[in-house]
Amino acid sequence: MKLLAGFVLIVLLAPAIAPYEPGRQFPGYQYAPPMPPRLLDAERVHAPFAYALHAVDPIERRYAEDRSRRVNSFAGDAPWFLLGSDAFGRDVLSRVLIGARLSLGIALLSTLFALILGAGIGAAAAHAGGWIDALLMRLADFVIVLPGIYVVLALRGALPLVLSTSQVFAAMVAVLSLVGWPTVARGVRGILIIERQSEYAEAARAVGASAWRLIGRHLLPATRGFLSAQATLLVPAFVMAEATLSFVGLGFAPPTPSWGAMLHDAGAVQIAADAPWLLAPAGAVVLTVFLVHASADRSEPSSAPIFRNQVL
Amino acid sequence: MGFLLRRGLAALLLVFAVASGALLLAQLAPGDYAAQFGKTPAQIAADRHRLGLDRPFGQQYAAWLKRSLTLDLGESFQYDQPVAALVRARAANTAVLAVTALIVATAVGIPWGVVTGSRNGAIARMLRALSLLVLSVPPLISSLALLTIAARTGWFPVSGMGGPRHLVVPTLALALPIAAMLERLQSQSIGDALDRPSTTAARARGIPESRVIWRHGWRQSLAPVLAVYGVIVGSLFSGSFAVEIVTSWPGLGLLMQQALMTRDTNLVAGCAVAGAAFLAAGILASDIMLAVTDPRMGIESMS
Repeated sequence: MKLLAGFVLIVLLAPAIAPYEPGRQFPGYQYAPPMPPRLLDAERVHAPFAYALHAVDPIERRYAEDRSRRVNSFAGDAPWFLLGSDAFGRDVLSRVLIGARLSLGIALLSTLFALILGAGIGAAAAHAGGWIDALLMRLADFVIVLPGIYVVLALRGALPLVLSTSQVFAAMVAVLSLVGWPTVARGVRGILIIERQSEYAEAARAVGASAWRLIGRHLLPATRGFLSAQATLLVPAFVMAEATLSFVGLGFAPPTPSWGAMLHDAGAVQIAADAPWLLAPAGAVVLTVFLVHASADRSEPSSAPIFRNQVL
Repeated sequence: MGFLLRRGLAALLLVFAVASGALLLAQLAPGDYAAQFGKTPAQIAADRHRLGLDRPFGQQYAAWLKRSLTLDLGESFQYDQPVAALVRARAANTAVLAVTALIVATAVGIPWGVVTGSRNGAIARMLRALSLLVLSVPPLISSLALLTIAARTGWFPVSGMGGPRHLVVPTLALALPIAAMLERLQSQSIGDALDRPSTTAARARGIPESRVIWRHGWRQSLAPVLAVYGVIVGSLFSGSFAVEIVTSWPGLGLLMQQALMTRDTNLVAGCAVAGAAFLAAGILASDIMLAVTDPRMGIESMS
């Protein structure tokens, strides 16, 4: 939970942390390599600085450090690309940070909606029973068995190809929640069916609680542990889904900095080989997924993390 | 045989439902294949009529169903070829990739899991952490990373299909996350198996530890691992989509993406049929394997 809160914080604070505007282009600095911060020069220790770059061969985009000039801050004339720059001379680090807003934002919101949708459908199935229950659960099984990314792809394919950034955001959240709900629904239904036979549920019924009050106030709180475990499955899966969709051109369109859209730019073989720092968003995806896996592993070591990637 | 019959029917139902869903979604999509080019309205209308796109959806669907019963999946609009032939060629490519990756994943993941599940030294702990890391790398990223390495070193060809050397990058990219998944499962399962009284009895009889692990423990731990193979078929498919696109492997995923982008309805449905058939076959195979290996799950009781 702390980790998810941390992700929310990154989403909110990204524009303040990013050193440069994500769209700002530095002419003459296309494909500049990363400029690692240094503390030492020939004589003594300094505050962190980097040597400025100068183009050795502007056509081939080869750069060398200019030992006579130093970059001390992000405000100076010469840019400081901690993670290098891309084809338009834009700072990769800033774009990864701003990209976190879209990529993590989509994952968090879709997870929230998938949990709400799943809990609602699960509760409805448990409450209704009979053929409604059977029908809803068969539907859930059907969606679970399909390879998620194809379902996402087909659903996304049913929408217009060209959308504005906020439309893409909304479309992705909708599509991902539609794919993510079934496991949640199955689990919630199972828990509710067991819990409603317990004594506290009996007591609530005895004092005249209505069916919906019983479910909403007494039974659903029992699913909290299950729901937070599901959240640790859904968030990484959705981060990967955004990356895949944008990578294949069905997500955010290029100037928009999402992790998948940035990977799309870096995806051509020769570009990735010559400027591997453009794969930085891949590192961001792996780091996000790894952090969620590791934290979930510590908090509930008994639950197998095998099906983590299985959601999509 | 009731079990096989019921599972077979469920598989057919899956294929039918997926194909219908794909047709419906392709229909809901705005625009159609005929309207995509800079043509005059008259030409567009003529093309629509030629491709049968001007009829109501119910009729188109009925016609498609009737044809597909005779295994005729119609013509692809963009390739001007029968969908069945196109899909067959591409599905074979995907199958080569998926089967190789599955073999590699099994050969790596199972021993990996047995080691991490039965030992507790520094190496086992390192291997466990490694699997958690690999589990965090989706096929899209593993293929991009391997592609970059291959391009920089020139050890392996980076895209397309050719000899067996072309298989290395896509196979590894697809197999690694699945190997890590198998490792987690096998690790837990053999840990449980080694805690059972039968293992203690085997040790008490003086059977060497490695034999206890590999013969007694491993065999008992197989059922949960085999059970997951049905699910793995699904993740092989999801994974191969990303891998095919990154490494330009001419498989079903790449074809499906093109078909979706160009609104080639017949081709979308054809790809969906092929994909669903693969999926159903994989799940069926895993069910049968499970029933055969675990005597407690007799084929009769598994319905």
